Amino acid sequence: MNVTQRDFHDAVLDPKSDRPNGLSDGTGQPAGRRFDVYRNNVAVSLTEALETAFPVITKLVGESNFKLLAGVFLRQHPPASPVLMLYGAEMPSFLVGFAPTQSIGYLPDVARLEQAMRESYHAADATPIGPALLQNTPPEALLASHVTLAPSVRLVRSSWPIYSVWAYNMIEGAPKPAMAAEDVIVLRADMDPEPTPLPPGGGAFVETILNGATFREAVDAGAAQAPDFDLTKVLSLLIGAGALTKLETSK
Amino acid sequence: MLDTSHTFDRLPQAAGIGYKAQYFTDLMNEPGAVQWLEIHAENYMGDGGRPLAQLRALSQRFAFSVHGVGLSIGGEGRLDADHLSRLKHLNDWLRPASFSEHLAWSTHDSHFLNDLLPLPYTNDTLTRVANHIDEVQSALGRQMLLENPSSYLAFDESTLTETDFLAEIVRKTGCGLLLDVNNVFVSATNLGTDPISYIDAFPLEFVGEIHLAGHDEEVDDHDRPLLIDSHNREVAEPVWALYSYVIEKAGKRPSLIEWDSDLPEWNVLEAEAQRAETVLSGVSA
Repeated sequence: MNVTQRDFHDAVLDPKSDRPNGLSDGTGQPAGRRFDVYRNNVAVSLTEALETAFPVITKLVGESNFKLLAGVFLRQHPPASPVLMLYGAEMPSFLVGFAPTQSIGYLPDVARLEQAMRESYHAADATPIGPALLQNTPPEALLASHVTLAPSVRLVRSSWPIYSVWAYNMIEGAPKPAMAAEDVIVLRADMDPEPTPLPPGGGAFVETILNGATFREAVDAGAAQAPDFDLTKVLSLLIGAGALTKLETSK
Repeated sequence: MLDTSHTFDRLPQAAGIGYKAQYFTDLMNEPGAVQWLEIHAENYMGDGGRPLAQLRALSQRFAFSVHGVGLSIGGEGRLDADHLSRLKHLNDWLRPASFSEHLAWSTHDSHFLNDLLPLPYTNDTLTRVANHIDEVQSALGRQMLLENPSSYLAFDESTLTETDFLAEIVRKTGCGLLLDVNNVFVSATNLGTDPISYIDAFPLEFVGEIHLAGHDEEVDDHDRPLLIDSHNREVAEPVWALYSYVIEKAGKRPSLIEWDSDLPEWNVLEAEAQRAETVLSGVSA
C-alpha cells in the first residue's frame, strides 16, 4: 500500500480523518497515533506563528480562543509559501467572516494594523532626505512635487479606535479606548516599527501621497477630510521618523 | 551592500549555534566557544530591517551556514522556482560557508505545511530526490549538504535503508551530508533499530556538518518510547555519547547546537557549544 503525499497532506490537515494506511512503527505494528506527531507539529507551529504575528488579537479574544480561531484559519488558509514572516495576510478578511468574533467589530482592522507592523519590520531600508531639502524648496515647487515615503511606511485607516485598542493592549498604562475613527501610520525610524495615530486629515493626506499624487493634491485631500488639517504636524511626524526618501520637483 | 572582504569559505571544524536574534549582543561581545552560526534561510528573506542588519554585522566575524527548512526536496511535485530563486538571492548576498537542506517534504499543492514530512525510500523516490538536488546545486552554483531526518514511523513500501538511500544520493549528485546525531538517536529509538549500526553504515566521509539538539520523550499506542525532535532543551546524554562515537570515527567536523524554542539564557547555550568543543578537541584531525 503506497501512501501518496496527497493522502499524507489531507490527513495531516484534517485531524478527524482516518490516518493513512501503509505506515508502521518500524517493527511491523501499524503507526497509529505516531502519525499525530505530524498533525501536531503542523498545527502547533502554524498556530505559534499566528500568535507571534497577532499578539493584540490574541489578547483581545484570549489565548485559548485564539488557538481555536487559528486552528480554523490555518486549515482554510494554509501557508502558500515557505516564507512565514508575513503568514496570516488573510487574517483581517477571515475575521470579517468569522462568526464567533462578530461582536468585536474592530477586530479585522486591528489585525490589519498588526499585519502592517510586520510588513514594516521586514521592508527594505531607505535613506531619508534631509530637512534642508524641504526647507530650501520654494512653496510652489514643493506643492507641485511628488514625495516618496520609505518602503517601511504603512497606513491603516479605520472607523474604529484601532490605535487606542492596540496601545491599551501593548503599552503599560495606556488609556482605555473611547469610540473614535483612527487613521494610523506605521513608521520605522530605525529598526522597530511604531504605530502613531494621525491628526485630523492626516489619513487622507498620507493615502494620497502613497497613491503617487502631488503634494498639492495630498494637502487638498487632507483639508477636504478635516478643515483643521495641520500640514506642519504631519510633516514633522514624517520627517522625524525619516519617512521621506525622495522629493521630485517637476519643471 | 554586504562587505564580503571577510567571507569565510568553509565552516570551522568547531562548535556553532543556531542563530536567534536575542543572542546578537552576546555573540558580538562574548561568543565563548561559538565559532560559527547557522540561520534558517526562510527567516531572512525579507527586504531589509533588523534581521538583515544583524546578519551584515555578524558575517564580519562568523562563518555562516544557511540551512533551508522549506524547499521540500522530497516532494512529489516540482521544486518551487520562486523559492529556489529566493535561496539563490540569500546565498549570493551572504556568501555562506555552507548551504544545507533536508531529506523531507513540506509542500503539496502549493500548501506549505511547516514541518519536515517523511518519504519512503524506494528507487522512485531516490531518482526524484537526486533530480531535485541536481536542480538545487545547479541553481545555487554550489554543493549542498543533505540532512538525515528524524522518523516517527516507517513506510511499508520502503525498499532501501536510509543510509543506503543517502549514500546513493551522494554518489548520484555529488552532494555532501549533514549528519544530525539527535535525529539518528530519535529515529533509532522510535523505529526499534540500533543507532551505532546506523552510524557504522553511514557514509561519514561525506559529512560536512553535524547537528546536535534536545528531544522530548513520549510514548506511542503500545507504550513504546516515542521521541520527538523538539530542539527545546539540552542535548540528551545518549546523544552526546553517540556524538563522541561519531567524532572518534570520523574526526573533527563542524558541530552545531540547535535550540529553536523555549530558548535558554546565553550561558546555557554557550555551555552546550563548549561541551561539543571539548569532544572535538579530544581528537586530532
